[in-house]
Amino acid sequence: MSQELIDLVVDMREEEAVKLAEKLLDEGVEPLSLLDDCRTALGIIGDRFAAGECFVPELILAGEMLRQIGAMVKPRLAAGGGEEQKKLGRIVFGTVEGDIHDIAKDIVVFMLDINGFDVMDLGVDVPAARFVEAVKEFKPQVVGLSGFLTLAYDPMKNTVQALVDAGLRDSVKVMIGGGQMDDQVAAYAKADAYGKDAMAAVNLSKGWVGAK
Amino acid sequence: MPKPENFESLTPDQKRQARLDAWINHEGIEFTDPGAENSYRERARLFADVFQLKKPARVPVAISTGFAPFHYAGYSCRDAMYDADKLGLAMKKFHADFMPDAAASSGLYVPGQVLELLDYKLYHWPGHGVPENTSYQCAEAEFMKAEEYGAYLADPSDYFIRTYLPRVMGALEPWKELPPFTNLLELPFIPWGMLPFGLPHIQETFKKLMKAGELSLQWAGRVAEIDRGVITGLGLPKYQGGFSKAPFDVIGDTMRGTRAMMLDTFRKKKEIVAACDRIVPFMARMPYGAYQWGGAPTAFFPLHKGADGFMSPKVFQELYWPSLKAVLLELIRDGMIPFLFVEGSYNQRLDLITDPDIPAGSTIWYFDKTDMKEVKKHLQGWACFSGNFPSSLLKTGTVAQVKEHCRQLLDDLAGDGGYYMVNGAVLDEMNPDNLHAYVETVKTHR
Repeated sequence: MSQELIDLVVDMREEEAVKLAEKLLDEGVEPLSLLDDCRTALGIIGDRFAAGECFVPELILAGEMLRQIGAMVKPRLAAGGGEEQKKLGRIVFGTVEGDIHDIAKDIVVFMLDINGFDVMDLGVDVPAARFVEAVKEFKPQVVGLSGFLTLAYDPMKNTVQALVDAGLRDSVKVMIGGGQMDDQVAAYAKADAYGKDAMAAVNLSKGWVGAK
Repeated sequence: MPKPENFESLTPDQKRQARLDAWINHEGIEFTDPGAENSYRERARLFADVFQLKKPARVPVAISTGFAPFHYAGYSCRDAMYDADKLGLAMKKFHADFMPDAAASSGLYVPGQVLELLDYKLYHWPGHGVPENTSYQCAEAEFMKAEEYGAYLADPSDYFIRTYLPRVMGALEPWKELPPFTNLLELPFIPWGMLPFGLPHIQETFKKLMKAGELSLQWAGRVAEIDRGVITGLGLPKYQGGFSKAPFDVIGDTMRGTRAMMLDTFRKKKEIVAACDRIVPFMARMPYGAYQWGGAPTAFFPLHKGADGFMSPKVFQELYWPSLKAVLLELIRDGMIPFLFVEGSYNQRLDLITDPDIPAGSTIWYFDKTDMKEVKKHLQGWACFSGNFPSSLLKTGTVAQVKEHCRQLLDDLAGDGGYYMVNGAVLDEMNPDNLHAYVETVKTHR
């Protein structure tokens, strides 16, 4: 473990963090330990985000640092690439039909992934039938519906209804989030909860799969 | 009430008063129905009073509309952008049925044909990238590259003509081949400078622009007619005059896109500050494109990238606020009233925006999701404030919930004046019973 690397990532010192990672790799540090350090750093950043001490740009830059360091680590991993991290649960996620907003969705998917979930990202403008298909195929514990506009209220409601019609509603918890969503809309759409940001989505999901 | 001849020598307060008086007295708009004329004046007076932090005769109520009028009339969102007859019918019906105190401009709905002709890429619109019954939505991309701040700063107009526009409008792509217009000097060089304009594919771009111009002109004529009908037929003033943007949003929304812009706040701080400063005069000039003497003397700013969560308060202070403030002060000096629509929330910004350099009664702040009790605490006596009636309630709540929420907001916020009611997010969908309850509850509240 490199405390220095963790600190640089947490402090958003991108250039120095990437340089240090490169140096550590050249010195023969176990490549996977760098990814663990990044995960530790992202955990701290996530906590700070939840506490209102850092903001979406920090999450995006952290993701960017992880991407760069990951790209350096990957070619140095032995074939087979080390042991897979044990996943907390599976989540199907997407922006509902008629809505093409992806920025918030991408951040939530990223934070869910970093926090140990296996996420199937269906993209934007996702029809209800596609959510149903994905739930059948991927068997998630949680479905996340993202939407930015007031026009997303009905597609959210229709998506939950489609899960009911397919007999799948009881097998999943449904969370909604995005620009104009709130508890009122969650009740309207018959979702289980509304989450106000990425960390809320992580905490809801952890609660539902019984993880700490 | 024509523009006073000594207008330029008036103080900012006097200029604002003269502009408001011209608006209330509907300079340039003829009424045939005296009843509608009186209603217009009364309503414009209500708004003018709250803009100037006074207690109005009653609290005015507005509806911030997106595509709600079209759903309500049984038309699609696409109709709003492709069929001016339906646009007119829907706007008239919506206003006549709900009778808020202000008219929403039909200028928000622009001709889709023009956007198609230009192959405009920054947005998707109904039937063009998003379903026919969905509002237009931004499809951000890095239309300006990270390494191009320098080129933009050196000459924003040249950068727009030869780099930005060819990327954001497919029809103008050939403009990337044009030489800079600053080369057009001295007799021996002029004809050589004309050569590109002889090339068929460059000529094609101008033909498309001319066609887009014709279509836009026709549409603008219809929009003006529709708005005039709502204003003079129903006695509803338009309270949005001109339009502008925060310089940071010009870069973030229009040129770089959210994700890239957020990374730039770490990697390109100096460049952002320089570019925002460079944009100030352009944005201070922009409202005069739509505002005319006698219109509402407001300049509407939809604020995006500075919202809570999108940056820290420190970065807001460093990168977002200074150039926006410079634009606001410029407009305030000319008697225009900046009308700032805070999309998302500004719970962490209220002490930053209440800047002592901005004179009391010179701005309007319209909030989407900010805590309104805190807004009142910070803004009362400094600026007119409004908003955050949840659009979710107008669609998904009950009539009783809507009435209760209206009363609550009015009791909490309206007592000292300087406040009017409006829904938070632009309204695309609603339950008509709820919207009636919303308007009536505010109008009858004492």
